[in-house]
Amino acid sequence: MKSNFNTKQRILKDRSLFWGVCILSALTAIPLIAILGEVFIRGYEQFTWTFFTEPTPTAYKAMKAVNEGQPIPGGIANGIIGTMIILFMASAVAIPLGILCGAYIAENNKKRFAQFVSYLTDLLQGTPSVIIGIITYIWIVVPMKGYSAIAGSVALCIMMLPLIIRSTEETLRILPSSLKEAGLALGANKARVMLKIQLPSAFGGIFTGILLAISRVIGETAPLMFTALGCSFIRWSIDKPISAVPLLIWEFFNDPYQQELIWGASLFLLSFVLILNLLSKYLARKWNR
Amino acid sequence: MESIESILEFNKTCVSYTKNTMAVKYVSAEIEKNSITAIMGPSGCGKSSLLRAVNLMHELYPNIKVEGEILLNGKNILSMNPIEVRRRIGMVFQRPTPFPTMSIQENVLAGFTLNGLRLDKYQREEIVENTLKSVSLWDEVKDVLNKKGTFLSGGQQQRLCIARALALKPDVLLMDEPTSALDPIATKHIEELLTELQKEVTILIVTHNMGQAKRISKRSMFMYLGELVEYDLTETMFSTPKDERTKEYLTGRMG
Amino acid sequence: MSDKIFKTILFLTASMIPLICGGIVYALVTDAYQAFEYFGFFKFLTSSEWSYTEGNEQYGAMPFITGTLMTTLLALLFCIPFSLPVALFTGEYFKGTKIASILSTIVDLLAGIPSIIYGLWGFFTLRPIIMALNISPQGSSILTASLVLAIMIVPYAASLSAEFIKMVPNDLKESAYSLGSTRAEVVRRVIFPVAGSGIFSSYILAIGRALGETMTVTMLIGNTNAIPDSITSTGNSMASIIANQFGEADGLRLSSLIAIGLILFLITATINMIGKIMIKHSRI
Repeated sequence: MKSNFNTKQRILKDRSLFWGVCILSALTAIPLIAILGEVFIRGYEQFTWTFFTEPTPTAYKAMKAVNEGQPIPGGIANGIIGTMIILFMASAVAIPLGILCGAYIAENNKKRFAQFVSYLTDLLQGTPSVIIGIITYIWIVVPMKGYSAIAGSVALCIMMLPLIIRSTEETLRILPSSLKEAGLALGANKARVMLKIQLPSAFGGIFTGILLAISRVIGETAPLMFTALGCSFIRWSIDKPISAVPLLIWEFFNDPYQQELIWGASLFLLSFVLILNLLSKYLARKWNR
Repeated sequence: MESIESILEFNKTCVSYTKNTMAVKYVSAEIEKNSITAIMGPSGCGKSSLLRAVNLMHELYPNIKVEGEILLNGKNILSMNPIEVRRRIGMVFQRPTPFPTMSIQENVLAGFTLNGLRLDKYQREEIVENTLKSVSLWDEVKDVLNKKGTFLSGGQQQRLCIARALALKPDVLLMDEPTSALDPIATKHIEELLTELQKEVTILIVTHNMGQAKRISKRSMFMYLGELVEYDLTETMFSTPKDERTKEYLTGRMG
Repeated sequence: MSDKIFKTILFLTASMIPLICGGIVYALVTDAYQAFEYFGFFKFLTSSEWSYTEGNEQYGAMPFITGTLMTTLLALLFCIPFSLPVALFTGEYFKGTKIASILSTIVDLLAGIPSIIYGLWGFFTLRPIIMALNISPQGSSILTASLVLAIMIVPYAASLSAEFIKMVPNDLKESAYSLGSTRAEVVRRVIFPVAGSGIFSSYILAIGRALGETMTVTMLIGNTNAIPDSITSTGNSMASIIANQFGEADGLRLSSLIAIGLILFLITATINMIGKIMIKHSRI
């Protein structure tokens, strides 16, 4: 019977699984390198001063430059400013609301209603961004009779909310209960304990959650297409159509004369997103210690 | 110590987790065939490390190093292939570990399926029945062989795990505090079982329960801070310990 | 601040989530109503026509449902051979080591890349390869979209599966080793069965992500409104038809697009719910 154990063949199988796992895992890293590499190589030359200070060229100017073999004039300043305005407004609403809602779920996790809210948060997080776009169009763009920065920020706000709620709730939940009890034992009421002790102690986790939420929505294109629409010049008003970096990339992609600008804009967006990602990872590791 | 018919022999066996700290220091001892040998000592004395080294468990953790020799029937297992060694040396752990996705029957046969060995129906039934009988679990589970092993009580689960190890007909059965997670009645059951089983298999058992060692083992090792302090017939050790540290431990002043 | 006021504030902010979700369903249903009423619900679901000639408008969701299902399932198929090894790498073979944390950081970064950039990469790098290999003449196809989609969902499937693989108790694995099995056998006979339902649910959630992915698919699928007859032909997914036509649509077409949005919403919500429930039950 012992001879049937086939040891050699089994060890061979074991080794092949090990190397298979290693090789396939290594292959998974290739797309990241390929994407980063391509965007960087094709985009870094466009990183000039004017790229960040000038708005996008008109279609005619771009066409003329391309036909004359000149570099395309202009930059993505309108997109950067638009993205900042939209993100600022979205964060201003989503961060406090998300934290409070996360606190509610963490505090009342035995209550039916809190579980229901928690479940709906998951549902909202899983909702495709294009649907958030449609909804914001119906809710904001139609009644306001026009695309606007406000509509864009409502869309991003809805997308940020579940992310912030989750990170707040999870961070609050892993805080030692002794922290809360110590506060209550000093005679502080629950509101004070939450605001002065629990939330500040959870700051690290909440903050990294916010960074991640921002990095997640900053590259969103679909929901902005139906809400912020886009705008070819720098604009500061919030009730008019406005541009955003991902929207610009989409426009450049669709305009054969502006395709060169794609890579600079993508490099900008990608660096922003990845830096936020790495920063949040770094902070999470640092604060966890 | 008088000469014994040994099956397993430690020869200056050392186990280290990092370069500078040794968990087991130069242990040399012969284990008698078809008997129960207990390893005792306060927690952290290296008794589990020594036991696990016999089953080459350290090979799973690259930072653990084992030096010296461990001889099974005269051959150094440290230079052998772990999967062959482990098949000939069974092991039972502290907490019962029936595979949760397998039925009772499949658990008994796990050693064969895991090793990729196919058995026909007749062989399977025979092995399951005989092995479960040898751990006196057959009467309790013969009607529920297809239920999950996790559905049994803790003591039954542990006997199932012993059966699983015995099914491969190992030369040596290693037990790492096999009753520490069980209640007194289940413990008594297992102890009775072990005294029966020693006719077929050599048992090396780690225990922090002195009473248990006294009840079931023929010989005992006392380890302290990684050293084998004393190794003798259990009776002798408990009545006239030679080393001061053993005496302190056995009288409850240490550990 | 008194506890009472604070509690009320918390409760009110929390109530906003059900309001938003209810509002989403309400708005989608009311605005999709026109299309369902005009074509009939089942006719709309099963019709494969999509034409907006004035006077004879015909809209049906079938081509896009098919397109979504095809891209999603293909993406899943392509994703498994990479995400499973990554999960084993980080959750078992190199668990807790530096190299595992480097790989999981890389995979996490992959999840962070905006979908429009995946689309660009697929369009400018992958599409020419598909064309050069003569798989599809324009390079845009269901297959092209699925390949990039697969890369996008690898991180979701891999990191969650790894968590479940990590959770398999150590003594269970040691028991299997003590019976003389190799690591490959432990993976196959112990880790996969024990972590199985968790791994399965992580793929369900990955499907949930793939279903609604918009920009990448829009840029790579070829945007034709017929039921694709093979994986190398062009098509449209539910999300991509919306992205393509929502801006210019009104009236019945807008309502039909919103109806497609409602169907997509319901499908993703169902898939996500199944995934979450399974995950809750597979925590060991």
